[in-house]
Amino acid sequence: MTSQPGGYYLPSPSAWPVTGSVALFLMALGGVLIMHDAGGGTALLIVGAAILIYMMFGWFGTVIRESESGKYNKQVDVSFRWGMSWFIFSEVMFFAAFFGALFYMRVLSVPWLSEADTGALLWPGFSADWPASGPAITDQFTPMAAWGIPALNTAILLTSGVTITIAHWALKNNQRSKLNWFMFLTIALGLTFLGFQIYEYGHAYADLNLTLESGAYGATFFMLTGFHGFHVTVGTIMLIVIWLRCLKGHFTAEHHFGFEGVAWYWHFVDVVWLGLFVFVYWL
Amino acid sequence: MEAVHEHDHSHDHPSGIMRWVKTTNHKDIGTMYLWFSFAMFMVGGVMALILRAELFQPGLQVVEPEFFNQMTTLHGLIMVFGAIMPAFVGFANWQIPMMIGAPDMAFPRLNNWSFWLLPPAATLLVLSMFVPGGAAGVGWTMYAPLTVQQGMGMDLLIFAVHILGMSSILGSINIITTILNMRAPGMTMMKMPLFVWTWLITAYLLVAAMPVLAGAVTMTLTDRHFGTNFFNAAGGGDPVLFQHIFWFFGHPEVYIIAIPAFGVVSQVIPAFSRKPLFGYASMVYATASIAILSFLVWAHHMYTVGMPVEAQLYYMFATMLIAVPTGVKVFNWVATMWRGSLTFETPMLFALGFLFLFTIGGFTGLVLSLTPVDVQLHDTYYVVAHFHYVMVAGALFSAFAGVYFWLPKWIGKMYDETLGKWHFWLSIIFFNVTFFVQHFLGLAGMPRRIPDYSLQFTDFNMISSIGAFGFGLSQLLFLYILIKAIRSGEKAPEKPWEGADTLEWTHLPTPAPYHSFETPPTVK
Repeated sequence: MTSQPGGYYLPSPSAWPVTGSVALFLMALGGVLIMHDAGGGTALLIVGAAILIYMMFGWFGTVIRESESGKYNKQVDVSFRWGMSWFIFSEVMFFAAFFGALFYMRVLSVPWLSEADTGALLWPGFSADWPASGPAITDQFTPMAAWGIPALNTAILLTSGVTITIAHWALKNNQRSKLNWFMFLTIALGLTFLGFQIYEYGHAYADLNLTLESGAYGATFFMLTGFHGFHVTVGTIMLIVIWLRCLKGHFTAEHHFGFEGVAWYWHFVDVVWLGLFVFVYWL
Repeated sequence: MEAVHEHDHSHDHPSGIMRWVKTTNHKDIGTMYLWFSFAMFMVGGVMALILRAELFQPGLQVVEPEFFNQMTTLHGLIMVFGAIMPAFVGFANWQIPMMIGAPDMAFPRLNNWSFWLLPPAATLLVLSMFVPGGAAGVGWTMYAPLTVQQGMGMDLLIFAVHILGMSSILGSINIITTILNMRAPGMTMMKMPLFVWTWLITAYLLVAAMPVLAGAVTMTLTDRHFGTNFFNAAGGGDPVLFQHIFWFFGHPEVYIIAIPAFGVVSQVIPAFSRKPLFGYASMVYATASIAILSFLVWAHHMYTVGMPVEAQLYYMFATMLIAVPTGVKVFNWVATMWRGSLTFETPMLFALGFLFLFTIGGFTGLVLSLTPVDVQLHDTYYVVAHFHYVMVAGALFSAFAGVYFWLPKWIGKMYDETLGKWHFWLSIIFFNVTFFVQHFLGLAGMPRRIPDYSLQFTDFNMISSIGAFGFGLSQLLFLYILIKAIRSGEKAPEKPWEGADTLEWTHLPTPAPYHSFETPPTVK
């Protein structure tokens, strides 16, 4: 399908979406089989993931080619902006579920276990001081200290928010080499963050005896940091794609929503981290 | 907006099955949503009939109790996520671009994906019946700790919910963007047909609520397999935490189902009253108020779980507050008909059926919002009767109204009016035979989700089961009416409904062309 100047671009029929559905179906099935130690799960999961990656290359590649050939007018651009904003809002609500669980446990369910009859009759001797694991978990653990690597990671992510903004300004002023360098810097910061995070997990399991099984603290710690880490991983991959596109000369000073969308996402990941740092590590 | 969609007619159009698999056209995708929804309606309906067959008499006759639980679970999930929600997304796809003067949805490929995520999810759900241990027998609410103790079927269910959620979120983002960015020149927000408004608000609810459900089932998954203790008191968690998170999603979900139904009825009643909708602006504000309130009342599903009395009071009063905007809507629908020039074709009959029965469902909801009353009625058949009045006589009847109303526009042919009326009368009679008596059962104390019951409940259960089979069979008539209309319906006039005044009736030929508005109309 074509689009005339000023027209709204309507894409031709596409097989990419259904490819993605097949991939997710195989991955779900594979995941279930793995969790029940049934045969074939790993193979299904790998095939599904491979198809998903193939789909992303194909689908995003198509969108990039359409964008670079100038098929997207102002109105399509606004659609992308709305779409990305609401997608990020949905992600905020996803994190809200896990933050909700954290607050509920810290403020309500853990203290209840040591209060009044529940504490006296069921769990005598259980102290609800956070970080707590829960009354029936006897394994001791050491909570993660806030002012070591986590504080460093906070500085890293905040800095990456600055570097991507500098890159954005460079793009707007047509300073392409500055753009490329600051994008590279942003990615490097993202990867450093992830490296520290992986190290921290190793440290937690090896030295602190802090695991997924460490009750309320362990569950919320790993769920929140893990889900965030997953988002940083996705964000970093997005940054790499955008960087490669910058190197290929994509984007113009006026027309670069692909870049901006990723920058929005990166800032979102950054803000969530601040919440994490304050409520998971610090307080 | 300067949008002019132009296209050449020589582009590739796959034929046969690939047309449907690869389509980016809002009408094709809407059609797939509607047929998918109907298929799931049949599957979920058969499950309901298995339940009613077992409940025809006391004792265990037809199925094992475990299988009864699985049917309860899958019936709920399939009807909510497979039948009702996709039906209204189907309406959204067909109608929103036509009603706002757009060429298509904002993200046509994403639109395709939103639909094609549904069959894999439904397959996972159906597949779960055939794995060791069978499907999860936990109820559609998936309460911990029961969910932590289930077999493989539960994991399939969890991933199905993840994929269904993805579909809903992507679909909603698409709908919001379409409405905000694709309106024809002059189509200001407060000129949009109310159906479009209701979908804008619904889509917002979906984007806010579905991720929370995804979070809840993710925690269930990690509790099951990865040693976390979110819902286990021994580890500092709490099963009630699941209920809070679930109902933070679950209560808005009720309005996700009901609000598009309000939208359809708000198009149908004015058309057959030959009057504009009474109190348009107040309708918009009432709908928005309901949407906001729906996030603030979730724990009224949990009165018996052991909450502080202050919390119960808050949730009780906040819940009652919803009756105010809902009352505004019911008043406006009735006032629209006041001194109107009414006719009673099938769409209007279903809309009126909605109006009567949804209002009853709303009143029983008000009864249940009272904490002391709910403590008595919690988990009884009164609750079952209440939400089926809202879901079936509310949402489903309005979907029927919408199908009969827009079918001439979609396919260019008329349905059989006599058969349509039969469908309505059979549906409304059998619906009430099925569910009205369940109020009595609940008031007398019959618990829900149990395959057996005490002898004194037998008469009403027999009546209810007879009604259920009658209702189920009546829906085959609906299928026949649809096929007959598509195959050999009379050619529809350009504007079959005298009072219809939205863009799809006034600015597009019948049947509507494949691409809705290639040049946007100007709305004055």
